[in-house]
Amino acid sequence: MNFIIQFVNSLTSGGGAYQLLNHIINGISLGSVYAIIALGYTMVYGIAKMLNFAHGDVIMVGAYICFYTFGAMKLPGPLAVCAPLLAICAAVVVCTLLGVTIEKLAYKPLRAAPSLAVLITAIGVSYFLQNAALLLWSSSPKVFPSFFVFRSVNEAGETVTLRSVQLGSLSISFVTIVTIVTCVVIMLWLTWFTGRTKMGKAMRACSEDKAAAQLMGIDVNATISLTFAIGSGLAAIAGALLCSAYPNLVPTTGSMPGIKAFTAAVFGGIGSIPGAFLGGLLLGVLEIFAKAYISVQLSDAVVFAVLIVVLLVKPTGLLGRTVREKV
Amino acid sequence: MKKKLLCVLLALSMLFVLAACNGGGAPEPADDGTDTEANTPGNSAEPATPDDSATPATPDDSAAPEDGQAELSGETTPEPDTTHAPTPTNNTTPAPVEDAFKLGGTGPLTGGAAIYGNAAKNGAQIAVDEINASDSAVKFELRYEDDAHDAEKAVNAYNSLKDWGMQISLGSVTSKPAEATSAESFADSIFSLTPSASSPATIAGKDNVFQMCFTDPNQGTASAEYIGTQNLGSRIAVIWKSDDVYSKGIRDTFLEEADAQGLQVVSDTTFSDGNATDFSVQLNDAKNNEADLVFLPMYYEPASLILAQASAMGYAPKWFGVDGMDGILTMQGFDASLAEGVMLLTPFNADSTDEKTAAFVAEYEKRFGEKPNQFAADAYDCVYAYCQALTAANATSDMDAATINGLMKEQFTTMTFYGLTGTESGLTWDASGAVSKSPKGMVITNGAYVGMD
Repeated sequence: MNFIIQFVNSLTSGGGAYQLLNHIINGISLGSVYAIIALGYTMVYGIAKMLNFAHGDVIMVGAYICFYTFGAMKLPGPLAVCAPLLAICAAVVVCTLLGVTIEKLAYKPLRAAPSLAVLITAIGVSYFLQNAALLLWSSSPKVFPSFFVFRSVNEAGETVTLRSVQLGSLSISFVTIVTIVTCVVIMLWLTWFTGRTKMGKAMRACSEDKAAAQLMGIDVNATISLTFAIGSGLAAIAGALLCSAYPNLVPTTGSMPGIKAFTAAVFGGIGSIPGAFLGGLLLGVLEIFAKAYISVQLSDAVVFAVLIVVLLVKPTGLLGRTVREKV
Repeated sequence: MKKKLLCVLLALSMLFVLAACNGGGAPEPADDGTDTEANTPGNSAEPATPDDSATPATPDDSAAPEDGQAELSGETTPEPDTTHAPTPTNNTTPAPVEDAFKLGGTGPLTGGAAIYGNAAKNGAQIAVDEINASDSAVKFELRYEDDAHDAEKAVNAYNSLKDWGMQISLGSVTSKPAEATSAESFADSIFSLTPSASSPATIAGKDNVFQMCFTDPNQGTASAEYIGTQNLGSRIAVIWKSDDVYSKGIRDTFLEEADAQGLQVVSDTTFSDGNATDFSVQLNDAKNNEADLVFLPMYYEPASLILAQASAMGYAPKWFGVDGMDGILTMQGFDASLAEGVMLLTPFNADSTDEKTAAFVAEYEKRFGEKPNQFAADAYDCVYAYCQALTAANATSDMDAATINGLMKEQFTTMTFYGLTGTESGLTWDASGAVSKSPKGMVITNGAYVGMD
């Protein structure tokens, strides 16, 4: 530990290198949020082969549910620590139900329709959720509570609020650490789930060939519903983490990060679970680098330019599998 | 069969969405009323009985000089108006007052800047109710339309006010929409006095558009002057929003004056609408350049994120905001300790012991459950300034907008107005429409604004 601090401090005097390290940390903290959203995108795309553009808005709904349940809970003293966890659980439940309902009402009837129709429907659902949120919760911005802060008492007897870990003069906020850990856990769990369990196998079968899977006795509709349930549950967690990191909650909160995360998923190879994680982190770091070293105004353009170059060289994304299509 | 049902369902939901879009969040007052926490508490329970609005009679003497003008509508009963006036819905549609001037305004009643729009609307409403309940010859009928801080929606809102028959205008509350609507009201010869749209372009080249607030350049200069003379910091960082005229205007003049004050601007970074969530790069730049004061010429929404992120990274410089920072404390869920010590310049101090201010603050708190900010005070002053000007010009409500326009231009460039905002010596306007007003320094202490001097 001391070694790390010394190392960091030696960098501090270096200036440029310290700056670089600082930007990488900020990039990872932004990227981890993209990564966790991208996991949901890639999950649904990988199995159901459709782009669920409403994912970003499910995230927003999750964040609102979290905000209100957390605000409504009055837990006594020591139990108060559990309040964020309970709020996130409530959001997961609501979003899972919401996801399944959306799938049943909007996507299931279009299962045989061309994918373009499904895409447009997804955009419609996205607008519907945004405007419903506008009516339900009004558009005045809400400040999301900080879930990941610790209060301790210093020598002078004052209560100090800790929001970050200090490594020498570098600071990493707790939210970032929690987000990355959550991200890795979810990634590992998803990989295990789709690879090892019976339901997971059914999902992969559906993803390869729906008709053949059905002939093998797999309930395709139930499998796709389950995919949406998992994807939306993840969205709720992502919403809570997104808003803990950037605590501004309005009905359009999910749309911009949603688009960026979709980009991250494509970047990493859409359909690939580790790819989403990698893509998210890289996108975050790229964005911060572009802001810091090129221009804040051009940062998005730079990020997308890199994306185009990557896709030109490797059309399936960084970790995407090349699947030969039979004509 | 199932498919048909689904089609109907989808069509219905689309209609629902469209309605929500076009109305800018205006429909379903029942839904809205329950949740627009910034402005409605106590509204429904408070039908503002006539004797309520008659009690704070103090501000009247300034605005309605006893010119013997009372013959017009002395017997008009204020009851129907006042009971309807402070409805919690977005579109105020008060019952008509006989012989009243139709006074219209647009503002962000929903959206990111809703705190300003609602504050202005509420402040203006209090002034209108007071005037209508008094023996003033001039009566008003107020109507606010939502523009969601969007130039296009503002023009639509302005047009619907024109259809309603607006004779004089309160312009728009925020700068971006105001630049659009002021051009319209210049073209239509409808006199306009905006409470808070502070960009110079709002009034530039339009001889019938006046401001109640000081302009952006004025704010930038005043902020730099204040920081310089009070020795608040020597190494300054500026973070500003590059796609917002308000922010850019203040920043530009701030830099000019900072030079003159010998302040060293060590970091000058921007953000825009698309990337207004992550400020780590900007804050790191300020921190690494050892800025001891960060100047934030922006609205409260991004400012709240900046404060939270700076606190997360353990950066604690002095913060200095402008009038757009006003409202940060009323955001739902905002941790006021983050804003502790934030300084800002505003033209209005709700803690003032001044008699008129105290009466206004008490009335506002009673009706809306919170302290009024400067937007409310500016709008309140606007209505009283109109009342004074219309009375002095012997204007009557059957005159058309163009006639009133001429009279108002003459009055506003010659009169002196004493209001809640501004100094003891009163406010005057020059022919360009700019007001003579100086900002007051405020600091946020224990979750409340406290005057600095």
